[in-house]
Amino acid sequence: MAELWRRTPLWMAYAFLYIPIVVLFGMSFNASGLPTVWGGFTTSWYGELFSNDDILGGARTTLLVAVGSTIVATILGTLLAVGLERYNRSRVVDAAVMAPAIFPDIVMAFSLLAFYTLIGFTLGRVSVMASHVIFNLAFVASIVRTRLHNFDRSVEEAALDLGASELRTFWRITLPIISPGIVAGALLAFTLSIDEFVIAFFTNGPAHPTLPVVIYSMVRFGVTPEVNALAVVLIGLSFTVIFVAQRLGGVKELFT
Amino acid sequence: MSLAGRLEGEEAKASSPSSRLGKTVTLGPGLAYLAVMLGAPLALIVGYSFLTRGSFGGVVMEPTLDAWGKLANPIFFDVVAGSIKIASIATVLALAIGYPAAWVIAGLPAKWKTVALVAVVLPFWSNFLIRTYAWIVLLNNEGLINRVLRGWGLIDEPLGMLYTEGAIVVGLVYIYLPLMILPLYSSIERLDPALREAAFDLGASPRRTFRRVLLPLTLPGIMAGSIFVFVPSLGNFVVPELLGGGQEIMIGNLVRDQFFKARDLPFGSVLALCVIALMLVLLFIQATVLRRTRETHG
Repeated sequence: MAELWRRTPLWMAYAFLYIPIVVLFGMSFNASGLPTVWGGFTTSWYGELFSNDDILGGARTTLLVAVGSTIVATILGTLLAVGLERYNRSRVVDAAVMAPAIFPDIVMAFSLLAFYTLIGFTLGRVSVMASHVIFNLAFVASIVRTRLHNFDRSVEEAALDLGASELRTFWRITLPIISPGIVAGALLAFTLSIDEFVIAFFTNGPAHPTLPVVIYSMVRFGVTPEVNALAVVLIGLSFTVIFVAQRLGGVKELFT
Repeated sequence: MSLAGRLEGEEAKASSPSSRLGKTVTLGPGLAYLAVMLGAPLALIVGYSFLTRGSFGGVVMEPTLDAWGKLANPIFFDVVAGSIKIASIATVLALAIGYPAAWVIAGLPAKWKTVALVAVVLPFWSNFLIRTYAWIVLLNNEGLINRVLRGWGLIDEPLGMLYTEGAIVVGLVYIYLPLMILPLYSSIERLDPALREAAFDLGASPRRTFRRVLLPLTLPGIMAGSIFVFVPSLGNFVVPELLGGGQEIMIGNLVRDQFFKARDLPFGSVLALCVIALMLVLLFIQATVLRRTRETHG
């Protein structure tokens, strides 16, 4: 009993974090569309999601952007991780790679839009994708690096001693060992890109808004039942992806 | 492999031509990408901040300090000061909720720790617009909290909670709380339980133990968590808009409007640089405090 009492602060934090999510979940099945009037169970709000062209278009754009930026960021980020762990001794380079992870998004968004405008880079899916790569590669590099740091390098040395070339050793030994880290990094990058709003809002131009930009224009006008359903779908998706990434290891080390 | 052998190995590697090639191949593409996509845009806004605003939204190549001068304008100064105030309150609140929670997690049995931490981080990885939106649902006049309070007869008229500064603070704390708890947890986790016992054994009161021993030792976590909450709170424009009622309350809103409404690139650049400057000041304080703590506590 005393044990439970001492854990109150944690339960209160969980209540604070999860009550709003639970309320959205409940509302998404509420036929009345109002938070406090139960009008009966319905899944019709979910049905409406799939007939809303703005949402579907936004989802398509977001998927394209997320897949593209994840692929580029995973390749660049993994290379960076190897380089930082194996060859780099400069703390400046270290800081430069991690900078985008803590850099305020509003500043990145503003300066990127100014930059794209100056060089005449057409705003659209490609510009959002290119922007998302910046912070994604920092997260991928950080997770892969943890993995590289924690593995026993004598395996690599053994391969080299047995006459394998450096490239072959990397390909056959190092890469398979760090691959869970790479997958975890890629999943994290994918989630970050799907949820990113501020930079997308600045750099995505008028033709193809990403899903968060579509959501923004919906929620500005108050409570709409479809958004509740969409919220549940998106939260479910993020939770699944992050849960898998967490199992593969490394996500929590990012902040600690 | 022995330490000496390892060092020699690294020396040999670092100077061999194949390692120079390796360095270029691995670090080259990523660093080049960052230089173009992060470095160049940043340099650009530094430059813009000293130029004259063009009549159609661009800039004119005439150096001036006008944009910086605008910071002294009371309207804008108040926004900057107000943002710092709101972000500070949010940070302190997040610390007040997060510190005890992190403390509890650090004391859980090992098998529950990971579960408890994942449960803290999960909300953070879902869309923050939606998490902000959830508070519109909870706080508005017909929302859950008002309905419940009225149902219990505690209030007659709905409390105007939405579109207040308080709502902004709650939204910010809600969104960034996980970023406070994680670093706090890791610094509390690292504490030696023997230290706490030793302090008690020597007759220190719990309060004194906390202030003189535990607090200084968990300071790195407090600093890191506070920066993780303060910096993004400062630049956030969505929470003030959705929960604060769309007035220009915080720096983030101003930055956005310089691009999309006022078309004033130089002043937008100045404001963006202010956010960076505040972040750098905090990082500097953090570095100083950490060095001091290390010196005093070994």
